[in-house]
Amino acid sequence: MIAHAIFFYIFSIIAVISAIMVTASKNTVHSVFFLILDFISISCLFIMIGAEFLGMIMLIVYVGAVAVLFLFVVMMLNVAQQKNQWFQSKSSSRHIPIGLIISTIIFFELIIVVGGWKYKPDLVNSTNLSFTSDLTNTHSLGKILYTDYIHIFQISGMILLISMIGAIVLTYRQREGVKKQSYLKQISRERSEGVDVLDIPSNKGVKIDE
Amino acid sequence: MDYLSTILQEIYKILFLLIPVLVSVAMIVWLDRRVWAFVQKRQGPNVVGPFGLLQSLADALKYIFKEIIIPASSNKVIFILAPIITMTLALIAWAVIPFGEDQVLANINVGILYIFAVSSLGVYGIIMGGWASNSKYPFLGAIRSAAQMVSYEVSIGIIIINVLLCVGSLNLNDIISAQKNMWFIIPLFPMFVIYFISALAETNRPPFDLPEAEAELVAGYQTEYSGMMYAMFWLGEYANILLMCALGSILFLGGWLPPVDLYPLNLIPGAIWLIFKILLLFILFALVKAIVPRYRYDQLMRLGWKIFLPFSLIYVVLTATYLFYFNLLPVI
Repeated sequence: MIAHAIFFYIFSIIAVISAIMVTASKNTVHSVFFLILDFISISCLFIMIGAEFLGMIMLIVYVGAVAVLFLFVVMMLNVAQQKNQWFQSKSSSRHIPIGLIISTIIFFELIIVVGGWKYKPDLVNSTNLSFTSDLTNTHSLGKILYTDYIHIFQISGMILLISMIGAIVLTYRQREGVKKQSYLKQISRERSEGVDVLDIPSNKGVKIDE
Repeated sequence: MDYLSTILQEIYKILFLLIPVLVSVAMIVWLDRRVWAFVQKRQGPNVVGPFGLLQSLADALKYIFKEIIIPASSNKVIFILAPIITMTLALIAWAVIPFGEDQVLANINVGILYIFAVSSLGVYGIIMGGWASNSKYPFLGAIRSAAQMVSYEVSIGIIIINVLLCVGSLNLNDIISAQKNMWFIIPLFPMFVIYFISALAETNRPPFDLPEAEAELVAGYQTEYSGMMYAMFWLGEYANILLMCALGSILFLGGWLPPVDLYPLNLIPGAIWLIFKILLLFILFALVKAIVPRYRYDQLMRLGWKIFLPFSLIYVVLTATYLFYFNLLPVI
């Protein structure tokens, strides 16, 4: 039990510190790395409470895919110059009220959620969720997700699909004058259309591309 | 006192696994170069030790005594961290690989997800190395490899779903015991082929070694590295290749199971069978490196997203339909 507590505090301290460092560090790429560290330590916490499936999925989805894209975007921006403008110009104070409003809203939401849960723990207890010890938590998650919540599950899947298609449609545009390599054209080329055998008269040469 | 003895026992077990893995990584580099040479009618490394077996040790010694150069304009912490992360991630995944019925360091419920998660973290070593070098070629190599590894992970994930449909458990030992009657390579042969090709791309092996395409990018993300740090990248890469071979043999070739459960074959311990299968897959990897020319980048992306992904998705539907129709779905 002591070892459990020690590991819990190690992981949670790492998680909290890295979450602070995400906002505090000056280099944007560093803050993405701290975000990744945060994700990893939170997934360790998930594993410690016995939710190993959630922990692993957290690693695979957030760290393995989402954070890679984050890193991609941040690395592509020329952040060093942008940051200097951001902090040194005098107009920076106009970001403060918006930030304050958003953080207050999030703070109150957290209070409501945590307070409601403290006040009445069975408020959201709408299913007969039973944890039998012989089922792994992957199985029990699947049993709930594909029976009681199948419609919500399907709807969220559809929303994700639609947003994916929407993102592609929004960013896709047909540009003029872009040379594309057509795979089919390349492999279906034959000798007869690719090669011209000419009899070149001596000392006269021949014109290419007529 | 109780804790201490447990910890010492675990450390002993970990060392017992880790040292053979590291030694076999060194040997596998030699094997790779030998196979590569034989395909091209060369001799390969044959001078140091018998058959050149000690070539990798000689190389390692050379790397250890070389100077580590850290570029002045690099981001030093991340620059040093990158090879360490690559190597660590390549080694920690071995914790869940079973070498026998109960010869496994950590027999966890979600073993296959653990391996998948660790291999999807592997991309960070490369991105960090490429970015921290603060130079054009490493950065291009890092971006290429990130895109490549993320795309091929998707198809590997779906292939794993195919296998899991037939097993009904995420535990690696359960996956192996489900193949007692028939290895999954027989019903899922197309998936095995796709897994093999995706594993080549996932480990940046030729013909998919775009991240370090020396004709275009000098050495890709490793350009600025030297000495021991370069060697760590290199060791991590080969440990990853071995891991992918091990995963392939667990998913499709029955892991530590003998080919048929008959008298002389089932006397051989499971670890030997697993090593034999890993070697078989690795020799295939090495042959591919020697035979196939490098892909173009757009061809690589096309293969991943437009061919492998739809094909493996359709195969998931087919497998599920077949299992459901003939009532073969695993019962919990």
